[in-house]
Order: sequence, then structure tokens, then C-alpha cells
Amino acid sequence: MIVNEDTKQQQVKSMSSYLAPSVRDIPPSGIRKFFDLASGSKDIITLGVGEPDFTTPWHVREACVYSLERGMTAYTSNAGMTELREAISQYLLDSFKVAYDPKDQIIVTIGGSEAIDLALRALIVPGDEVLIPEPSYVPYSPITSIGGGVPVGIETFAKDNFKLTAESLEAKITPKSKVLILCYPSNPTGATMSYEDWLPIAKVVEKHDLIVISDEIYAELTYNQKHVSFSSIPGMMDRTIMVSGFSKAFAMTGWRMGYVCAHPELIAAMLKIHQYTVMCAPVMGQVAALEALRNGMEEKDRMVESYNQRRRLIVQGFHDIGLECHEPQGAFYAFPSIGSTGLSSEEFAQRLLLEARVAAVPGTAFGSGGEGFLRCSYATSVAQLTEALDRMGNFLHKLKTES
Amino acid sequence: MKELTELKLKVLDLLNEDARRSPTLLSTLLGVDVEEVKEAIAELEADHVIVKYAAVVNWSKIEDETVTALIEVQITPERGRGFEGIAERIYLYPQVKSVYLMSGAYDLLVEVEGRNLREVANFVSEKLSTIDSVLSTKTNFILKKYKQDGIIFEDREEDNRLIVSP
Ligand SMILES: Cc1ncc(COP(=O)(O)O)c(C=O)c1O
Repeated sequence: MIVNEDTKQQQVKSMSSYLAPSVRDIPPSGIRKFFDLASGSKDIITLGVGEPDFTTPWHVREACVYSLERGMTAYTSNAGMTELREAISQYLLDSFKVAYDPKDQIIVTIGGSEAIDLALRALIVPGDEVLIPEPSYVPYSPITSIGGGVPVGIETFAKDNFKLTAESLEAKITPKSKVLILCYPSNPTGATMSYEDWLPIAKVVEKHDLIVISDEIYAELTYNQKHVSFSSIPGMMDRTIMVSGFSKAFAMTGWRMGYVCAHPELIAAMLKIHQYTVMCAPVMGQVAALEALRNGMEEKDRMVESYNQRRRLIVQGFHDIGLECHEPQGAFYAFPSIGSTGLSSEEFAQRLLLEARVAAVPGTAFGSGGEGFLRCSYATSVAQLTEALDRMGNFLHKLKTES
Repeated sequence: MKELTELKLKVLDLLNEDARRSPTLLSTLLGVDVEEVKEAIAELEADHVIVKYAAVVNWSKIEDETVTALIEVQITPERGRGFEGIAERIYLYPQVKSVYLMSGAYDLLVEVEGRNLREVANFVSEKLSTIDSVLSTKTNFILKKYKQDGIIFEDREEDNRLIVSP
């Protein structure tokens, strides 16, 4: 067969014209870009990973294996196994004093990721503005755009420990504002919010009739203080869609287990999307998640203690090598300022990778307010952290003598 | 049993993971004063809670000649001293790596190491079995060590996470 080169070319060229503009126009993720640069290099110490360095506790893995031996391989109900939803409900009540009815207020999802997607898809019509405190977890803005919404960044600052303030929130509100996405403890800054911090935010939310997606996936990873769920703030329960999951607290990233909790009417809407797109979360993951909630608290506490130790190590380490860093109070990220070096985040991260073989993510990958900062995950061994800090210290010294 | 402070327990945990950690590193990890850590360590050493700082060695990597046996020993306890005197007679031999008093079908479990099978066999027949109150011995040779003191000996992949991720 003779293939006409011209038409072949033409076909390939026009492929992107088939794509939905909302998808085509999304720029590549800054994290992804950096990953491509880092992969293939050897002997790299990575502070770039946003996942626990622990393997899922054995009893959780074992429970899953045993369930497979017994042949638990079928679909579960759309919203997830009843026992699991009951366990999640009980856990949220015990830990954060928020009451969600397992019957019609909880859906078990494929990671917190699906939960965020469900919430945004259920809420947004084209043109709606979605407020996102930045630096922020990368997917919020692109998922908003895919749904036709307009992401509106709210810059937060190191001087406020990257907390959202009522003034800066209020300043970005327009008649089109509909959703506010909260993520505390924060990826990438490690910022947390206290009850007192929440009260003025709740007032603005109420005044402007916003609906809140509260991503609380790092709720278990707080140091020095207990996590305060946004739904537990008076008047906020019905306005809040709480997103969480098992990835971080129980070291279960690969299992893809999360959940979303909200007012029954919102849950019913999200359940429509969930049942028509994925049917239900995988049963193996649900069995494992149930075991984690029932018997995993001790292991979880042990892991949190270990993150806390390494948090102290990295903050002290940055201090010792002369990098300013606010004290992160949650998650497992430190967000030091590299402003004093005069390099942009991207340049700094790139040279740090190539010259010192330490991978960390430039702050600009997380939106406005990220310039001049670097996201460093401390979910890695004490030995690796010590070595990374050594290398960074030498690198900074070299930068100084250069100029 | 002695009640330890929370600090001492945490220090023990961290040193148990890696005995080479300095007091300065421990003080950073735990967020307490370095002097406090030093004091805790000194007390743990004085109280023989920390008995020794040793490396866990996977000897099979460098020499495959050594042989380890776990020997089940039945004995008649001595009047007044019970098992203590005999246990001491046994554990003083340098070939003996550990001695445990056991419940169950036998009394002492004795771990013996030798350069080869014959050496261990000789020890059992000439030294151990000939002790007056020893009634019987049953020698079990270790063929392969998979895990010791909580440490898995297999070479396992360390970290297979992506270099950069959300
Ligand atoms: C803030 C935040 N939300 C959600 C997720 C996604 O988690 P999951 O594995 O449950 O999809 C992550 C993962 O990095 C995260 O950092």
C-alpha cells in the first residue's frame, strides 16, 4: 500500500485540534517537568517525593492477601463497603469531632485525588471561580480548568507561615466566586490552621456564600498541635466537602484509597459521577483501608513520631547551612527560602540537582507565592537527609564563593 | 522491671536503629537539649540497659565456613541454685554465643558457634554432654539466617519511589 506522506503528516498535525481546549491548554506540571530532568541521573538523593518512605504496615498488607485467598474479588456497593464507611465515620468522630453519617454522607474513592475531582465536577459550571490559596497542591487548578471553572490563586506568605488570611481571601472574591479549596496541613508549605485561624475565614465563607472543598489528607501529620477540621467550625459543616484518604497517614499511596464526606445532597450528586465513571473503589484497597482503621493506629503514631524527628532535623539543618525556613507544622514538607542566593527557584533547583545531586521541587511548581522557595520532602531516612543537607551546604558555599 | 522515662525510651529506639548516631543528632531529632541526651545515655549505660554498641554483621557474606547450632539441653537442677550454676558453666565457654532458660520440652537453649561441624560436634560431646547434671542434648544446625535481631538479611531494594512526585 502506498502511504501518502503528506496526508499522514497532516493527520498527525491536526490531532490536537480534536482535543477539548480545556485539556489541551493545561500547561505541563512543574513537578512533572522536574521529574523528567531528574530521571536518568544517578546517585541522587531525593527530597522531591510526596509520599511516605514507609511500606504499608504488614498487618494491612496481610489482611488484603487473606481477603484475596478467601475470594473477595467482586464489586462493592458504589459508595464503598458499609463496614468501611462506618469505620471512617467513627474515626472522624473520634479524631476530629465531626459527625458524618456512613449511610449517605461518605463515598469511598480512588484516592483523595478522585474525591477532589468528584467535588469539583459536581459543583462547577463554566465560568465559576474557584479560590485556591497558593502555593498549592498542583492538581487543584488544572482540575478546575477541565471543568470549565476559573482558578483564582490567593497568594500566601512566609511571614504569615503561609496561612490563609481573611483579608487576602476577601480581596479575591467576585460575584463569580463559588468554591474555596483549602489544604491544611499544606502540601507544599507544611502550614496548618488553628481553630482561631479558621474563625475569620469561616465568616468570609458565610458572608459570600462559598462552598468549601477541604483537603485534609495530611490531618494525621501534625506536630505540636492537633488538626482542626474545617467542618468542625460552627456553621461550616453543611458548606464543607471534606476530602481525605489513606495514602499519607497509613503509608498507602499505591492502594489508591480515599474518601469524601459532605451533605447528603452533595454526596448523592458526587455518587452519580462516581458510579458512572469507576463503579466503586477497588475491593482490595477497601479491605486494606478497613484493617488500617481498625488496627493501624499504633503504627501510624510511630510513623508520625518518625516524621516529627526528621522535621526537626531538616529545619535545624537548613538553619545551620544558612537557609531561612519557617517551621512547618504539618505534612512532611519543608519550604525553605532560597531568595538569599539571588537565583530563581527553577535555576536553584536545577543547579542543585545537576551540581549537588539533590532533587527538590522548585516552589514555582505550586503557583504564585512559590518563587524564591524550594519544596523539600523529609519523608526519607535520617541518613539520606543528613547527606542531602551536607550536599546542600556545600552547594551553597560554592554559590557564595562564585559571586 | 525498671520504668524508663519517655526520653530514654526514644533514645534507645533511635540507637537501636543505628548505634552510631551522635548525641547532637539525637538531640536534634528529639527536640531536646544535647546535655539531656548525654545524661540519658550515661544513665542507660551505667544501668546496663545499653550493654554494648555493636555492629550487626551478616557473616555469611564474607565467610561461609562458620557453623551455628542451637542446642536443646535437658538438665537436673541443682539444689539451692536451680539452673544458675549450670547455666554459668555453659555460658563461660567462648564458643557459646547465648544461653536461654526455656519453658517446654527442654531447659536450656544454647547457641554455639564453631569454625566447622566437627568443632561444634566436639564441643557438644566433650564439654556439654559431660557436665554431670546434663541429661540430654539435641543439636540443631542453622542452615541459613533470614532475619536476626529484627534485621532482615536479604539484599532488598531500598527505595523505589519516583524521584519527584506530588
Ligand atoms: C494535598 C494532597 N491532596 C491529595 C493528594 C492525593 O492523594 P491520594 O493518594 O489519596 O490520591 C495528595 C498527594 O500528594 C496531596 O498532597
